[in-house]
Amino acid sequence: MLIRKPDDIPASEITDETIYRDRRKFLGAVGGLGLAAAGLAAARTPLLAAARAATARQPDDKLTPYEDITTYNNFYEFGTDKDDPARNATHFRTAPWTVSVEGLVKRPARYHLEDLLKGQTIQERVYRHRCVEGWSMVIPWLGFPMADLIRRLEPLPSAKFVEFVTLFDPEQMPGQRSDILQWPYREGLRMDEAMHPLTLVVTGLYGKPLPNQNGAPLRHVVPWKYGFKGAKSIVKIRFVEQQPATTWNLANPHEYGFYSNVNPSVDHPRWSQATERRIGELRRRPTLMFNGYADQVAHLYAGMDLRKYF
Amino acid sequence: MPALARFTPPRWVKAVVFVLCLVPTAWVLWALYSDATATTRFLGANPITEAEDFTGQWTLRFLAATLAITPLRRLLGWSWLIKYRRMLGLFTFAYACIHLSMYAAVDYAFDVHAMLHDVVKHPYVTVGMTGFLLLVPLAVTSTRGWIRRLGGTRWNRLHRLVYVIAVCGVVHYWWAVKKDVTDPLGFAILFAALFGIRLATRAAARVRREPAIPRPSRSAAAP
Repeated sequence: MLIRKPDDIPASEITDETIYRDRRKFLGAVGGLGLAAAGLAAARTPLLAAARAATARQPDDKLTPYEDITTYNNFYEFGTDKDDPARNATHFRTAPWTVSVEGLVKRPARYHLEDLLKGQTIQERVYRHRCVEGWSMVIPWLGFPMADLIRRLEPLPSAKFVEFVTLFDPEQMPGQRSDILQWPYREGLRMDEAMHPLTLVVTGLYGKPLPNQNGAPLRHVVPWKYGFKGAKSIVKIRFVEQQPATTWNLANPHEYGFYSNVNPSVDHPRWSQATERRIGELRRRPTLMFNGYADQVAHLYAGMDLRKYF
Repeated sequence: MPALARFTPPRWVKAVVFVLCLVPTAWVLWALYSDATATTRFLGANPITEAEDFTGQWTLRFLAATLAITPLRRLLGWSWLIKYRRMLGLFTFAYACIHLSMYAAVDYAFDVHAMLHDVVKHPYVTVGMTGFLLLVPLAVTSTRGWIRRLGGTRWNRLHRLVYVIAVCGVVHYWWAVKKDVTDPLGFAILFAALFGIRLATRAAARVRREPAIPRPSRSAAAP
């Protein structure tokens, strides 16, 4: 039997020793006994060996402080100012929580969140997070590959896309009392994007349960796409044949495409995407193609005109 | 009100107003410095963007205050307000300069190539820069000497550019906002009101000048 070693990780992606030391300090700081255990478990899962290597940080990717990640949020359901979600989501009820699985799938049902998460190994993934507005963070998410969930739900071969729908509850989500966006918030992925080992179902960050303002209790993250492609507080997952309508695309089809892959050479019609400000840094830094995950995901879009399918 | 109309504020009031106008700048510079060097979070997680937004909003506020002087004088009869108009106009220019330096020096670190690309390709930057450039001749010709040199009529005509600048400012803000246009809409309404008052006074003046039944001219009426 031929055992292949992953040879597609450039040396520049291997974590630098000083950061590695920092990381140990960080693990200690968050009292991450459980976290360390989760990490060990993850290392044993063969599928994830590749994914973990792939998510190795750039040498200059320092974790964004917890306070910044949890006070600078775009979550229009709780208001349009960056600090609105942290203020308005404090009493948001995330338990009990159900997720309805619908469409072209063998096991459609309304699942209790606990049942959906049962058997999944929660692991830490440090991802770069690039907002379409031109800022970015480095976030230690907790979650598991979306592929693991989708396989268990057994979509039919005719399912070509997955749609994610956020809770609609204007009582609890004051932002939904205005029609700034078409509620409920909807996002979608092509099936191969959803099954990619980097695509994550997220339940926490920094070793803690997901804060309400970051999309509790369940969100998804696609690190090579602009941040809005990740739906927060998900209540519905639907498998469909046609490309689903997505919220920002409906709001302005000229500015926000279905794909919305991070791409420094395709500007937003109103502002540049060539550079970004990493939260906590003074100078802008160049934005990387597919947010620096090109080696892992570029093949998904081989032959596509990324100016047309922005 | 008649008492206020005849009132002339003492000279030190102007000095106080001047210092008050500096407060927003002092605050934002101090907050930036403090957030960068200490652990304060006055400007939140993204202080540079916040400082750009803050100084931009204050530019529009000073512009609105400048444009409010004339209607307030007319409506309330407080003619002494004119003493503050030039100062407010120059503060508008000063805040525009600070806003621009936040963008050019702090945000883009004088990356001329990136900024040129931005000005050429992105309409909200183009419009903002246009508004700024139009402010320059108004600031330059704000002195007594320039008013004398140009003469009142030409000076007034030149300074009508301020209306174009106000439109540039609001459009710049409107286009810069991702989706929630509440704040730019507030400024749009404010400037529309300030323009509207002027149009109404002009229309009223025209009605007075052109009465339906022509009156005999003064010379004819003179004995």
